[in-house]
Amino acid sequence: MANEVVLLDFWPSMFGIRVRIALAEKGVKYEYKEEDLKNKSPLLLQMNPVHKKIPVLIHNGRPFCESPIIVQYIDEVWKDKAPLLPSDPYQRAQARFWVDFIDKKMYDSLRKTWTTKGEEQEAAKKEFFEVLKTLEGQLGDKPFFGGDNFGYVDLSLIPFYCWFYTYETCGKFNVEAECPKFIAWVKRCLQRETVAKALPDGKKVFEFVSAMRTNLGLE
Amino acid sequence: MAEEVKLYGTWVSPFSRRIELALKLKGVPFEYMEEDLSNKSPELLKYNPVHKKIPVLVHNGKPIAESLVILEYIDETWKNNPILPQDPYQRAMVRFWAKFIDEKILATGWKANFGEGKEREVAIEEFAEQMKFLENELNGKDFFEGETIGFLDIVANLIAFWFPVRQDALGIEAFTQEKFPVLFKWIANITKIDLVNECRPPREKHLAFVKARIEGLQSAPK
Repeated sequence: MANEVVLLDFWPSMFGIRVRIALAEKGVKYEYKEEDLKNKSPLLLQMNPVHKKIPVLIHNGRPFCESPIIVQYIDEVWKDKAPLLPSDPYQRAQARFWVDFIDKKMYDSLRKTWTTKGEEQEAAKKEFFEVLKTLEGQLGDKPFFGGDNFGYVDLSLIPFYCWFYTYETCGKFNVEAECPKFIAWVKRCLQRETVAKALPDGKKVFEFVSAMRTNLGLE
Repeated sequence: MAEEVKLYGTWVSPFSRRIELALKLKGVPFEYMEEDLSNKSPELLKYNPVHKKIPVLVHNGKPIAESLVILEYIDETWKNNPILPQDPYQRAMVRFWAKFIDEKILATGWKANFGEGKEREVAIEEFAEQMKFLENELNGKDFFEGETIGFLDIVANLIAFWFPVRQDALGIEAFTQEKFPVLFKWIANITKIDLVNECRPPREKHLAFVKARIEGLQSAPK
């Protein structure tokens, strides 16, 4: 049966990047469709009527929404290549737990580092470093969160890196100085072709965000 | 090898009760530890240092936290009476709706009940919309996944039992049989299952607890 795979996405979305990495790891050919989030396509609204958000994976006409759910689906369907989740149930539970942690903590604390000013921004920076330090603790001495192999937690976290230049510039902080182990892990991930190709350039993201910050009255 | 399964939870938490139900549906013997959330045990803090919350399942000394994560672990470890569907598409669907309940419906429901002014008005509308989306998933079936109780029915416990109790305590009628006949039929279906009834707070005790909490919230300084 023909495998028709379409991805509705937005180029700087860290959630979309997760799906792009997963598809690349599995060697799945797909059609990429860029969405204008200020003018969402009828296809997006039809495929994700509940949230109206990207990414949406459309596999043989059936939509899949929410990046952790999409990635787990990809892992289950294209199961003969590059397993993303561990095979042991306890390790799988740990991987799911940490992706849930990332989704609860990273996005909001990070967003506040570039959408706020003054005291609020300082508090956001502090929270962000605490999150990174918790993740560093979980990584320990392993090369990847998945152990020896790049996996589900790694691919769920690495996309945030393309936003770091933006956060560091707007928030006036340096992640490598605070969390060198984290950046060492980032560099290991970037050595992977699938990751290097999927992550947009940090400066390009910064240009995009600068325009948004101007609109928000923060510049 | 002897299996040691411990569940740290509270009698009134829907998240904790989900795990009890899953373990009972699978016939897994476990030791239940009731936590006092105003005075968390050293074990709870040791087993869930990141969030310090219940429920936590400890299987042969290894802890797992977050109810949706725990449910999938239970299904993968004890393979009898499967809770999640086998098909990847179906699995993605139940995970999507479970996430929707826990991340959207829960928060919107709270704002619809306890929010103020415009935020509350918007939430009331959103709540009705979100509940309709969920109701449409039943689509003529007895349970969310078909003819037997499964993952999504277990996760939707808070809609079946916690929402009606909170509504009663507040004296409001947002979630009614009139507005959501299909969901109410589903509630009637799951309520027929003995194990489901074993795994929810006794109604009068639950109602009294929620009333007391509401009074506490409303008299708290703003």
